[in-house]
Amino acid sequence: MKKTIEDINQIRAAMQSQIILRDNVDPEKEIHIIVGMGTCGISAGARTVFNALVDEVEAKELRGVRVTRTGCMGDCEDEPIIEVHVPGKEPVVYKKVDAAKAVEILAQLVKA
Amino acid sequence: MYRTHILVCGGTGCHSNNSGKVREAFEEQIKQRGLENDVCVVGTGCFGLCAVGPIIIIYPEGAFYSYVKVEDVPEIVEEHIVKGRLVERLLYHEKAKGNVAVHSLAETNFYKKQTRVALRNCGVINPEKIDEYIARDGYQALIKCLTQLDPQQVIDIVSASGLRGRGGAGFPTGRKWQFAKNQVNDTKYVCCNADEGDPGAFMDRSVLEGDPHAVLEAMTIAGYAIGSHQGYIYVRAEYPIAVERLRIAIAQSREYGLLGDDILGTGFKFDIELKLGSGAFVCGEETALMTSIEGHRGEPRPRPPFPAVKGLFGKPTILNNVETYANICQIILKGADWFASMGTEKSKGTKVFALGGKITNTGLVEIPMGTTLREIVEDIGGGCPNGKRFKAAQTGGPSGGCIPAEHLDVPIDYDNLIAIGSMMGSGGMIVMDEDNCMVDIAKFFLEFTVDESCGKCTPCRIGNRRLLEYLEKITSGKATMQDLDDMEQLCYYIKANSLCGLGQTAPNPVLSTLRYFRDEYEAHIKERRCPAHVCKDLIQYKITDACKGCSACSRKCPVTAISGEIKKKFEIDQNKCIKCGQCIATCRFGAIIKE
Repeated sequence: MKKTIEDINQIRAAMQSQIILRDNVDPEKEIHIIVGMGTCGISAGARTVFNALVDEVEAKELRGVRVTRTGCMGDCEDEPIIEVHVPGKEPVVYKKVDAAKAVEILAQLVKA
Repeated sequence: MYRTHILVCGGTGCHSNNSGKVREAFEEQIKQRGLENDVCVVGTGCFGLCAVGPIIIIYPEGAFYSYVKVEDVPEIVEEHIVKGRLVERLLYHEKAKGNVAVHSLAETNFYKKQTRVALRNCGVINPEKIDEYIARDGYQALIKCLTQLDPQQVIDIVSASGLRGRGGAGFPTGRKWQFAKNQVNDTKYVCCNADEGDPGAFMDRSVLEGDPHAVLEAMTIAGYAIGSHQGYIYVRAEYPIAVERLRIAIAQSREYGLLGDDILGTGFKFDIELKLGSGAFVCGEETALMTSIEGHRGEPRPRPPFPAVKGLFGKPTILNNVETYANICQIILKGADWFASMGTEKSKGTKVFALGGKITNTGLVEIPMGTTLREIVEDIGGGCPNGKRFKAAQTGGPSGGCIPAEHLDVPIDYDNLIAIGSMMGSGGMIVMDEDNCMVDIAKFFLEFTVDESCGKCTPCRIGNRRLLEYLEKITSGKATMQDLDDMEQLCYYIKANSLCGLGQTAPNPVLSTLRYFRDEYEAHIKERRCPAHVCKDLIQYKITDACKGCSACSRKCPVTAISGEIKKKFEIDQNKCIKCGQCIATCRFGAIIKE
């Protein structure tokens, strides 16, 4: 199907959010959120938290935010745990996070 | 929505290391575990660090796995994808950092010093999906040209950027386009030179494999700028993956109406045809390339008339190299000033180099012009392996020359390289260490040009053959100092009288090694000695007192030249020895030496 300029721009908008994950951002300039996903984390609902964060990054096209997974940190009773690294600041650990709280944390971070 | 992207390198280097099978294994594992809606597996172009392939990058972490085999795939999926733990064992280990595992691509020395313009999409997008190219601002430059700029404005931007031809000679691209635009003719052609023939060069192949649409888009822009409706890409048939991806890309562009009649509804018409070259080196020369596209035997023709006046099929033609085109769209989108802000006074932008030879990180690098050779060899390339001493880097392929260690700190650009007796060339960079004989290197390149000379003009056809015979005389220890002088004279004669670039530059490897390593030539002639112990006629294998008399070497020797009594020192019969080096490789005590 032949495309118009409008079509190309639509494809671009739709696809951009899909490949934004592949951006290599300078580790010293990005916000890094680590979700604890050991067995304890997953059974406490860390996967929903992780998915919510990644979806939010894609939906809002937030550049410079990286969401990654890690194993168990040891505080299994407080899972799901997320650790937030903001460049130039001490890391902050949040406990008993759910999807809604995670999105709220992300929103605050980006605003700041 | 995919939350994890597994990028598997599908460049030629990794492909020949079985990355195709690795990708299939990932797809199968992901499907088995029912993760196909969460995880996507993407085959990409070259990541650059070909030495440690097959390479896998997993986002969002950006985790960088090297030497991945099919057997490793279930472990990566189980540990990394499902449990979120990096597989330390397979992460890339950087020697410069004490051999510790590097977690992400962005952290490696190899990538840190690079600036990726021509390679921006290589290793990021799936080259077989036009939509991913569009997502990375693909075809926006074309839209901008067709809707906001007139052809002269496009040329003005390219001229102002200072972009020079990346094929080697460094002619200003904007000026080339202007010449072709100024010609009044209904039919003009846009050609792309993808006949990358220098030994050890694979920049253009990687761009075509990793980002074919960037070249198609730039050629269409060039067509709009000079008033042409037909393009040709002359690509080597020895690049099957590049050819395949170009075919796919052209088909997709035609389907989207980005090639053909009435592009994007603007009325502009342009199409591109692929022409496969059968591997003659001379067809990388512009006039020979066009003669070959016309269906004749690939032989150069005298210039002038220049192609911009009378080129393909006798019509005004522009011919640019793949890497030159790969820069165009970014220049249009980000502006001439952005491009001109990188590089040196007379060489703007970046340059891709294919690093090879005695270097730890064999692969593809893109650096801003003005980066020093030391940064490329030591920081990005990781230096010579096994702690050997750097001797020289050869740039420009068979047309270029050697840069010795004393010039390691010269900022690389077109003019500086010519001043030190080499040239930019298309970007092959072969590193040599103390074990390389410079006379032997010159001989290697000359053998190549003698083979590839098309035979049309005498200075190249016969002159280079005579030159090679001088070199053979030197490496076999039969030459005199008079021969050395005669040889140098012959070099200048060939350069002055050959018809095309192939002959005019063929003596360069000899001249540049003579300039910096004359002592090695003289050692071969006066002392009948090869300082690097490479030239077979001038070396002897000897067994030292370190020999334990184990007989391992004598059992391995293919011509039974080694004999002796067990537990006593063995001897080599010099009359029988064919200097194959098997004994040195076999000896566990380092008792055999070359002298």
